[in-house]
Amino acid sequence: MSTTSVLGGVVKRREDPALIQGTGLYVDDIKLPGMLYVAFVRSPFAHARITSIDASAALAMEGVEAVYTIDDVRHLGPVLAQVPIGKVRPLLADGVVNHVGEAVAMVVATDRYLARDAADAVEVDYEPLPVVVDLKEAATDAVKVHEDLESNILMTWEAGPFGDPDAMAETQRKIAEAKARDDTVVVSIEAVNQRLIGTAIEPRAVLADWNPGYGRFTVYSSTQIPHALAGAIAKTFGITYNDVHVVAPEVGGGFGLKLNIYNDEILVAFASQRLGRPVKYTESRRESPNSTIQGRGWIATATLVGTRDGEILGYELHGLCDMGAYSQNFTVAIPFLGVFVASGQYKFPTHVKLDCVATHTMTTDAYRGAGRPEAMYYLERVIDAYARKIGMDPAEVRRKNYIPADAFPAAVSPVGFAMDTGDYDKALDALVESDGYRQMLADRDRMRAEGKLVGVGLSTYVEVCGFGPSGLVDLGFSWSEYGAPAAFSGTGLVRVNPDSTVTVVIGTGPSGQGHQTTWSQIVSDQLGIPMERIRVIHGDSEESPFGIGTFGSRSAAVDGSATFEAAQKVRAKAAKIAAHLLEASEEDIQFADGGAFVAGSPDKTVSWEEIATVAYQPHRLPEGMEGGLEAHSIFSPANATWPFGAHAAMVEVDADTGDVRLLRYITVDDCGNVINPMIVDGQIHGGLAQGIGQAMFEEAVYDADGNLLTGSLLDYVLPTAADLPSFELHRTVTPSDINPLGVKGIGEAGTIGSAQTIVNAVVDALESLGVTHVDMPLRPKRVWQAIQDAKGGN
Amino acid sequence: MQIRMNVNGEPVSADVEPRTLLVHFLRDDLGLTGTHIGCETSYCGACTVIVDGRTVKSCTMLAVQADGSDVTTIEGLAADGELHPVQEGFWERHGLQCGYCTPGMIMSAVGLLTENPNPSEEEIRHGIEGNICRCTGYHNIVRAIEYAAAKMRGEAPAPAEWEEVTA
Repeated sequence: MSTTSVLGGVVKRREDPALIQGTGLYVDDIKLPGMLYVAFVRSPFAHARITSIDASAALAMEGVEAVYTIDDVRHLGPVLAQVPIGKVRPLLADGVVNHVGEAVAMVVATDRYLARDAADAVEVDYEPLPVVVDLKEAATDAVKVHEDLESNILMTWEAGPFGDPDAMAETQRKIAEAKARDDTVVVSIEAVNQRLIGTAIEPRAVLADWNPGYGRFTVYSSTQIPHALAGAIAKTFGITYNDVHVVAPEVGGGFGLKLNIYNDEILVAFASQRLGRPVKYTESRRESPNSTIQGRGWIATATLVGTRDGEILGYELHGLCDMGAYSQNFTVAIPFLGVFVASGQYKFPTHVKLDCVATHTMTTDAYRGAGRPEAMYYLERVIDAYARKIGMDPAEVRRKNYIPADAFPAAVSPVGFAMDTGDYDKALDALVESDGYRQMLADRDRMRAEGKLVGVGLSTYVEVCGFGPSGLVDLGFSWSEYGAPAAFSGTGLVRVNPDSTVTVVIGTGPSGQGHQTTWSQIVSDQLGIPMERIRVIHGDSEESPFGIGTFGSRSAAVDGSATFEAAQKVRAKAAKIAAHLLEASEEDIQFADGGAFVAGSPDKTVSWEEIATVAYQPHRLPEGMEGGLEAHSIFSPANATWPFGAHAAMVEVDADTGDVRLLRYITVDDCGNVINPMIVDGQIHGGLAQGIGQAMFEEAVYDADGNLLTGSLLDYVLPTAADLPSFELHRTVTPSDINPLGVKGIGEAGTIGSAQTIVNAVVDALESLGVTHVDMPLRPKRVWQAIQDAKGGN
Repeated sequence: MQIRMNVNGEPVSADVEPRTLLVHFLRDDLGLTGTHIGCETSYCGACTVIVDGRTVKSCTMLAVQADGSDVTTIEGLAADGELHPVQEGFWERHGLQCGYCTPGMIMSAVGLLTENPNPSEEEIRHGIEGNICRCTGYHNIVRAIEYAAAKMRGEAPAPAEWEEVTA
């Protein structure tokens, strides 16, 4: 029973007072006595043999404590990837460098400026080797990324459905038959889903402090996975999990970038142990794009076949996915997340085949959405093109091909995955029936009549998140190799202290998602104890039972559910204690107004203070009851969750310059039940900005020699406030049935739904000129060129 | 080099390397770690502080250039235990998530409202375009600055886009 209304309501964030006054603590803010600073010597070549490293000039500088190369750390071995397919990155370059910016040597000095000077003084000789950057060229194996690997194609994901070759052959046969019919339409788009540099505004930072007397490490890291980092350090140094304490203090943005065990996190620990002093590394923005993972990087062809009245008979997504030079945490698994949602919210036969290809570039891995924005981009672009081709309303084409609401809860997608709950018509209806969408269409027509190039774009989407299920690792992922258990479960501990304050400890690693606020709401709702008396601790490997961190929009659905269950256990025990104190039956105990009372006898009350105090006085407890008032729960969901929604954008294109202006953006997102609408909306806003950023501005560009041309924020264009409108958000609520909160997750939905919405809008604006596709990002030059090409073609 | 300045109203002096950036002086020498570093190229604005009444990106100013100046950082904004209206606005309107860009964003907003006490949404958006936020999509940052602008003009802020519940 709910005793307050805080669950599902807006409460202001508890995180904010420190953050708005400059007292929030991030890793680079921490300065320990005797602390040393690290700078890395990085490769200027994308592929080269290292012929010599001469650190003598650096070592001669006063205050330089050490310069380490692979020879110093080879015995520690590489940090193993969760999906160790491809080449695992050595701790420092081992004889050969494979991308620009690869760390070759580590300098440790008494001052951060000095460390940088000394890194510049390290002389490294290279013998350049052939480079391959272009994805299609890499897929031919004409130039090998790693001589000792059989192919640049590291693996191929194929589904239709996944894991059933016979059924897949049947799917392919159906699609081929449909294409061969003379009454069907085939639409195909080859498109680039470009590489992105995620750019958390806080660059990564890590500080390690080895205490030889205690024989243990304290490590502060800007990470989304503190527990896994503790496990990795323990395994690397041959010590126990107990000998490592990892703290992720305030983390200045994650977006998947901090969902890796990075070599520098191991190397600062090594240096601290070797030198007996705390050692800190703070990534500079300039080195970040080549030392922190990038995202996306696909070239694929989406082909759709359907009837002239909008019935889609088959869909193929075939493409190449850029892995970069080394496989890190999830690298080759990211395209698999695209496979998961390749058929989207639709029922038509789908065949997907994605090759994971190595190149001489920085590693790609999980960046907000991770595989799902790419898959949804291709699907929703080609459906839009199909709708144009047959002259049907884009909303109606989608509606006609949805998995129907009555297929749930037993729905299985055409690519073979069970989906929790869904009602796709509901979200689409909410969008197309909104005043905003109607105004968009009316304004478009009015502005077009004035001679302007204006377009409205639509996309609906489904995504998969909230990972779970625990056994997801059975797909071949394993954390056991790097010192962490293989399970996608969640953890929550709820402890009522003797003064009736509550300590909640969770296994998450948030970076701005407001877990302290949201988890306080969950626990306050269960116990009826005010939020201000609840403290939430996260991001600490020692405080909480093993947690797998924050990623994949999973924290509320999995760790939130664990906390909810733990709070239920505490409540049940508190009811027993109250019943004992009030000499009433346990079933009659209810909680309200800071305590418990007996149903029907509101004057028989006992306060939470009294219950909590008695809980720690075993002699006052019922016979045989254990003292204390706390519970821990591990929540193991039966499935991942499947949020969905519908987005629309309105753009104006300047025909003379190609400049695209985003005028309006409307969303309907359905993430199941909502714990704090303000926080959920904030997640959508941020997700939208990153999806729109991909559509309009952002692109990691390498030249043919493997130099990153967009390595600074002067060249890598991020959206500013002036580039974006205020967003218009709507919601439908279709609770998940696989967790007790009915929540799904919202961290990535905005990104997954938005990039194709923008491109669809721009194509709509340019339709009259004959433009059918423009690759992202929609920078003025590219849009202008598309207009010129279309004119030339006329 | 010997430098002197007033930081958040307190006189400070130090002997610094001439190449020391103002942001490193504030963070490493004075321990004022509320000012953050996001890009070292003046682009992201996380390091924004106010020097002699004007907003400055402290990653691109040398400490020696601030010799003799009055510097205000995020730590000096609240007065007598009262949040500055811009700080209050960011809290009230969910203008922050990870908080890393927030001090610089708040200082820029203070600078904007000093020059233009009644900015339109478009003026706010252009006024903070030198500050990058990767979490909020700017939507609620704009609402936060609108809130602060109203408060500072002595007017009631527009209602929030949500209704708050009381725990």
